[in-house]
Amino acid sequence: MSAKVAATKVRAPLAVRAVHLVTALLVLGSLAHVLWSGLADRGVALAFGALVAVGELARGGDPAQEREPAPLGAAGALAYALLGENAGHPTMHSALQVVAVTSAAFLVGCVPQVALGRAPLPDHLARRVLSTAFAAVCFQPLYNSGKLTDLLGPGPAYALWLVVLLALTALCDAVLAAALVRARTRWPFGPLLRDELRAMRGIGSAVGATGVVLALAVAVAGLWALPVFCLPLLLTQLSFSRYAAVRTTYRQTITSLARATEIAGYTPQGHARRVAALSRAVGRDLGLTAADLVVLEYAALMHDIGQLSLVDPVPDGATAVLPATEQRRIALLGGAVVRQTGVPADVAVVVELQADPYREQPLTARIVRTANAYDEMARKEGPGGPLAALERLRLGTGHDHQPEVVESLARVLSRGGLAPVGG
Amino acid sequence: MRSVPVRAWAYIGCVALCAALCAGPALTSAGTPWGAVALLAVLYAGCEQITRCRFLGQRAPRGMVAFFPVLLAGAFLLPPAAAALVAVPGAVFARVERSPATPRRIWRGAQLAVACAAAATVHVALGGRELLAAGTPPTPDFPAALAPATAAALAFALVVAALDGGILATAERVPLRTAWRGLFPRSLTPVVVHGFAGLMMAVLWRSPYGPPAALLVLLPMYLSCWVFAQYHRERAAHQATIRALVQAVDIKDEYTRGHSERVGEASVLIARELGMADERVEVLRFAGILHDVGKLGVPTRLLRKDGPLTPEERRIIELHPEYGHEMVRGISFLGEARAAILHHHERLDGSGYPYGLAGRQIPEFARVVAVADAFDAMTSTRSYSRGRPVADALTELKRCAGRQFDPQMVRALVRALDRHGWRPAVTADSPEGEGGRHRRNVPPPRGPRSPVAGDRAR
Repeated sequence: MSAKVAATKVRAPLAVRAVHLVTALLVLGSLAHVLWSGLADRGVALAFGALVAVGELARGGDPAQEREPAPLGAAGALAYALLGENAGHPTMHSALQVVAVTSAAFLVGCVPQVALGRAPLPDHLARRVLSTAFAAVCFQPLYNSGKLTDLLGPGPAYALWLVVLLALTALCDAVLAAALVRARTRWPFGPLLRDELRAMRGIGSAVGATGVVLALAVAVAGLWALPVFCLPLLLTQLSFSRYAAVRTTYRQTITSLARATEIAGYTPQGHARRVAALSRAVGRDLGLTAADLVVLEYAALMHDIGQLSLVDPVPDGATAVLPATEQRRIALLGGAVVRQTGVPADVAVVVELQADPYREQPLTARIVRTANAYDEMARKEGPGGPLAALERLRLGTGHDHQPEVVESLARVLSRGGLAPVGG
Repeated sequence: MRSVPVRAWAYIGCVALCAALCAGPALTSAGTPWGAVALLAVLYAGCEQITRCRFLGQRAPRGMVAFFPVLLAGAFLLPPAAAALVAVPGAVFARVERSPATPRRIWRGAQLAVACAAAATVHVALGGRELLAAGTPPTPDFPAALAPATAAALAFALVVAALDGGILATAERVPLRTAWRGLFPRSLTPVVVHGFAGLMMAVLWRSPYGPPAALLVLLPMYLSCWVFAQYHRERAAHQATIRALVQAVDIKDEYTRGHSERVGEASVLIARELGMADERVEVLRFAGILHDVGKLGVPTRLLRKDGPLTPEERRIIELHPEYGHEMVRGISFLGEARAAILHHHERLDGSGYPYGLAGRQIPEFARVVAVADAFDAMTSTRSYSRGRPVADALTELKRCAGRQFDPQMVRALVRALDRHGWRPAVTADSPEGEGGRHRRNVPPPRGPRSPVAGDRAR
């Protein structure tokens, strides 16, 4: 695995294409194998295929935004990979058959999405196929040869072994996901992997546990276990769209508040978006967690709200020229608005503390302060603006700006590529 | 701490006595599987505690459904008396949101113990035990095992709902009929879902894989509980949006706040009178509250100007519906309210702004908000004029109906006011004049360097 990661670090987009190619070859090869040698345990294969397809069909939301858009489909695929018995009778399907059945079902389930013009993301497909294949390869050959039953027997140790496999699969999936993002964006790999692993704690662990439970329950109770246990999960998945709607509302509110200062003429067009993009890029560069990056983005988008309290707009929204007490007053009023939006309180804290000396600020507020000052100054200075602005920021590192943040900003700017907001 | 009425105490005592009677036989019987009871009880207590932890980056929401799958698994596995014991430690040590804590803990433990015993009794009576492990080697008999499990889950839900109704009647003095209405149907879906999960737990518990495999069922169930709780958060998110926008307008021009909320109230009165569906009424309330959000785009100096406006200044102020629409057009849940914000200054004869729409071209919501806006403008006291009596304002509205306002909306307002009167429940309205107000919602000063709250550059 480490060799693969090392390779992705060197050859960026090529590595992504290589992963896609491997996935495609694996899917085609396994389908060819199944067509050649026929399906083992046809009923079981059909039941799990149907489960995966239904899980895909019932998924809601934009696959680009959701971490796991089809928990039921993912759990079904994992369960089929880890399935050893059906109501006490050993099953005989091979690892290749697992890949063939789950990917065929996945593609069938995607048909309506494609018809709606939302093609499944190749990265998502690759992750699903490769992690299912990993679990199946770890489990099926060992089980089908009979060694696993001899070693562990049908008992608690067997269940624990499935959990160990689940953990390994999750790790493999996280590494793959982080490597794909790393290859596309060149963000540092460590924080990406950490974020992927953190995300596993929530939905990911529940999906994995469901997969193991399904495999064990089918082993004990037969295929009836699938509908009995999946009905609750299907309901869960359907109500997941509610969760997505809540987040959409927050995002729309924040965007609309970010536009308010521009419409009112307090800040120049696009200022909030630029500061948000810069802040996120600097946050990435400094290795902040995904949660902190969200705080950064929201706070940067809303950092100027407090200016609405000014009777006359400051020219170009450059509050840096105002006296410090006035800046703090504006910041506090802005924080009061942010507190109403229902976003995490950390965001309001960043907005409230944006005008304080950096030693009294949390790191997120330092980043927003520096990115904001850079955007204001760089625009004013004309063609040589960026360099002059960086120079002035460096001069301000005694009191206003943290040196590490300014240097990180310089690195981000020298790379020239700003991450798109919300990416 | 609120005092608990004597009859509530008596009711709690009765239920606790019932619970003790249910659980009592377990202590004397030789066949009580103490190991399984202890394991399930610890599991349930642990699940109750876990709601204090963070999950998916957020604390579990209040009022999250309790961990019924564990209790139901106990009801499917244990004798009724032992099943009753499983719920007690978890319920007694669970977090209690509101005081008084002690009666709440006793109540919760007793209620769940009785419900568990009832579910287990039903399960045993319908022969569920034999169906869980039939034949040699013992395998669960599906789908036959589903029927007793579902019946037991329903019994559980029924007992919980019945006892809940009782406590509402005794402690809150809600009439029994009202207390019971809707309690059982509302709990049906979650309980059937939990019943299936509990059945899976029981099946795995009895299987060769044993209790560790049964434990795994809890993780997805926790997720499912958590997602169900999101239903409550959606509404909260909408209200947060409205609050944030109102606050944004407020820091620019605090004068409009009470007016906005009253226009929201009046719009709701009209909407109810027209027989609109509840969702549309809610959106119309948002439209009323936000109708002037575009004032964010108008220079503060103009908004605060006391004297008459020059034509140029008037033209700038008349841009506010378009500014408002520009601001909120990205917020999808506002729906029709967005059109109302854009068109609330249109007149029926086509002489309004911004587009000069006439008659039915003006969206319905905009016609409602226009009447509500004018009504409140006339009846409320401003720095430059005293508020007029409601009757005068209604006469004026009727006079302008047909030219400026939609007569249907004016009639609806008149009827609604006849029926309900005009007592706008506006919390944010402050009675004083323009100067010397204290700001609301400004965080308290943080140490010596923070500015004085309420200090305002004028």
